[in-house]
Amino acid sequence: MRRVGTHDAAPSPIGESVPRRDGVAKVTGAATYATDVVLPGLAHAKILRSPYPHARIRSIDKTAARAHPGVIAVVAADDLADVELVYGHALADHPLIAVDKVRFAGEPIVGIVAEDAVTAEEALALVDVAYEPLPYLTDVREALAADAPVIHEKPGEQRAHRGFEEDIERTHPNVCSTSRQQWGDVDAAFAAADLVVEGEFRYPRCYAYAMEPYTTVASWSEGRLTVWTSCQHPYMVRDDLAHCFRLPLSAVRVVVPYVGGGYGSKSYTKIEPLTSALALRAGRPVRLALSVEEAILTTRGDAADIRIASAFDREGHLLGRRAEVLLDTGGYAENSPLVARKAANRLGGPYRIPALDVRSSAVYTNTAPASSFRGFGAPQAVFAGESQMDEAAERLGLDPLELRRRNVLRRGERGWPKVRGIDADVGADIELAAEELDWSATAEAGHGKAVCVSASDAGSEPVTTAVLRVHADGSVTVMAGSTEIGQGSSTVLAQIAAGEMSVPLERVNLVQSDTANVSYDRSTGASRTTTLMGLAIQRAAQDARAQLVRWAEESLAPDGPTVIEEADGVSIGGRHHDWGSLVRAWFGGASGEVVGRGYLRRSGATEEMPPFWEVGCVGVEASVDEETGEIHLERLVTVGDVGAAINPQLVESQDIGAAVMGLGMAMREELVYEDGNLINGNLFDYRVPRAADIPPLRTVLVERGDGVGTYGAKGGGEGSLNPVAPAIANAVYRAAGIRLREAPFTPERVWRALQARDAGRKAAG
Amino acid sequence: MHDTIELVLDVNGRSRPLRIEPRETLAEVLRDRLGLTGTKISCDAQVCGACTVLVDDLAVSACTYLAADADGRRVRTVEGLARDGELSPLQQAFIDRAAFQCGFCTSGMLMAGTALLEETPKPTRDQVVHGLEGNLCRCTGYAPIVDAVLQAAGAGEERS
Repeated sequence: MRRVGTHDAAPSPIGESVPRRDGVAKVTGAATYATDVVLPGLAHAKILRSPYPHARIRSIDKTAARAHPGVIAVVAADDLADVELVYGHALADHPLIAVDKVRFAGEPIVGIVAEDAVTAEEALALVDVAYEPLPYLTDVREALAADAPVIHEKPGEQRAHRGFEEDIERTHPNVCSTSRQQWGDVDAAFAAADLVVEGEFRYPRCYAYAMEPYTTVASWSEGRLTVWTSCQHPYMVRDDLAHCFRLPLSAVRVVVPYVGGGYGSKSYTKIEPLTSALALRAGRPVRLALSVEEAILTTRGDAADIRIASAFDREGHLLGRRAEVLLDTGGYAENSPLVARKAANRLGGPYRIPALDVRSSAVYTNTAPASSFRGFGAPQAVFAGESQMDEAAERLGLDPLELRRRNVLRRGERGWPKVRGIDADVGADIELAAEELDWSATAEAGHGKAVCVSASDAGSEPVTTAVLRVHADGSVTVMAGSTEIGQGSSTVLAQIAAGEMSVPLERVNLVQSDTANVSYDRSTGASRTTTLMGLAIQRAAQDARAQLVRWAEESLAPDGPTVIEEADGVSIGGRHHDWGSLVRAWFGGASGEVVGRGYLRRSGATEEMPPFWEVGCVGVEASVDEETGEIHLERLVTVGDVGAAINPQLVESQDIGAAVMGLGMAMREELVYEDGNLINGNLFDYRVPRAADIPPLRTVLVERGDGVGTYGAKGGGEGSLNPVAPAIANAVYRAAGIRLREAPFTPERVWRALQARDAGRKAAG
Repeated sequence: MHDTIELVLDVNGRSRPLRIEPRETLAEVLRDRLGLTGTKISCDAQVCGACTVLVDDLAVSACTYLAADADGRRVRTVEGLARDGELSPLQQAFIDRAAFQCGFCTSGMLMAGTALLEETPKPTRDQVVHGLEGNLCRCTGYAPIVDAVLQAAGAGEERS
């Protein structure tokens, strides 16, 4: 790892690579996940799923299943008249269990609760469902045909957490949402262009494969609902549960133990409403633990089909860009309206484009629902945009790096109106990636090098609270609604609290993700936690400190000696008093505590959106096996522009993990549908990267203190994923002269492209 | 009720007499009957390695290994790696190298790594990569895990 840049000095242990605080629990097997939660009287659920991609449900006969020994409840939509079945934070279009029809193969139709999971599974076979199959759609362009079957007869209701203010009317019943980004005179830009580069790019449907499949335990008591679940956004899940069961927010408790992987796939609500409904009917606490095969059918990433044209002058300046993005969002909206929005925003890249017109639509198909997946919208958009930068460079006879230099936004420059100016030196970041790749040295014969960059409007919305309590012994408890999903929030947030209060890290306890006991945080995603929750904790610490200083004045210096605030307490007349002693003095005994509060909203430092830009660069050197079409990655370089690394080792590990996840999607991963069914919905056929697939890696962390977070921190963890596919595609072009516009770059696709290249060369004589 | 069988497992050095259904896997018995939930189930199909435990020193996938087949054998799980509260060198190396994030693959990685180091105390980097081929991790990109195994082996090889 190489570190570049300087920022304001931070109090220890902020900025130090302290060991993960969940380390011992995770290496000894003691760490508890939702899948490990057991309650007295716990019953177990299994789900009957539709074998049809699109069908009307004529009847469901539950008689035999109900009579099966050990079965406690057999539940379909008609058993849930008292429940608001349809939920969705962006568009309410998703019934927690199929109502009248199914919209993808794998949709839940009946839930069975039994004394044990094996009995519940056995009873599934005893349910008799009569279907009327309907014509189905698995392709976005077919879905937009004038005579296409309609997947949602009634449009979903728009909901509060839209996050996309400027969406436009849907033009077809199968369009879930359309976002538009538009500025400047695009027609004039293209008319004036010396070069127009056009193309169609396809990014696959992908599966995040969080290794812990979705698991939820739900329990009702005295009209209140408690849910232990493997999710990223407990407060969002709480909101949906309150809606479905018509409860006040205060009657729903969502608890998140350690989460076995998220990557966006555990954003928002998944199986929590269904599990809670089953527990309600069973009158028992219920555990629903999905298999990997079921998890694949629960959430996937949005496939993208992007038609894009970019206009340049002969010096390589971008004049304009037009694009149409079609996302395959599957049977339900989930978070895809936001993914569509983000894809539109991220098609500009970190470039100065005087005129742009992007329409980005999420389109319903009869496939498993798509939602957030690490980088949402960015990997798809950046693949198209960054591929075109290299195409243009070649046609203009420019070095691809030089073309980027000429177009990259300068610090503070706005990519489009009413947006935060870019809070990074993107040009310098690109140079770092190039330097690590020995850009100026000619690549070995048969090798190609490429550097790609992405800038994502990240951080989601700044709606975050934190509570910091200083106890009578001076130790500290922090309550933060951010979820530990592996990213290291339990370590990083504790470091910030320890640094701000100047107490030893081991005297800080961090309590996370329990909606009954921890105050609100919007979400754990969009790389926002270190930056936004970090700020909230800093403010809570400042609030606690201010109160303690006031208490010192009241209880220890009523007659006026000056109270001087110090790092770890106060000094009065030359005598030091630590935080604990101030608490005790004010309460007049041996106990008490101070409660500090930190709030974050769209105001002050976090008024402009996005809260920060997440900039990542990836450099790749690749070669191609001309016989097999196999791409060899000779090396991979990442540059993460994180402003200030609170824990450099953890940032490095996020960056490497992100790059390798991007590598999987670029090289191998794709969910394939045939005849309306997913044909590779398991880990035998859906191949994720393995240890042997990893090229030599090098990471650069850039810390110029230019983010809104504590000491200039910005988010990380997505930036190094987003440019991986175009970096590989561009390197392959320079190695072998083939332009790959469809990911993943499987050996077969590469081999076919090599054949086409040779045929073209032969024809050209 | 289903038929049951009796068996005795030696789990982390303790003899555990059990009465189970013949269909129960070793992972189910460890997790549900013995409360040893450090062993995780992910793919449930012997692809991902999350459930890796050692049976008579051999790394196996507990999700597809019938508990009955472990009758009378020596089973080691992640809970048995630390001795008297002291982490094994491999556990410590995982912490030192940040060789995990979410931690869901970690128990299996540690057990596979333990088996590897018992068989090959001074492995090369390629041998470590090969030895971990049956274990998936979705968070770390593997490089820190390979580094950790090498550190535990005392090889001291550094990634740049």
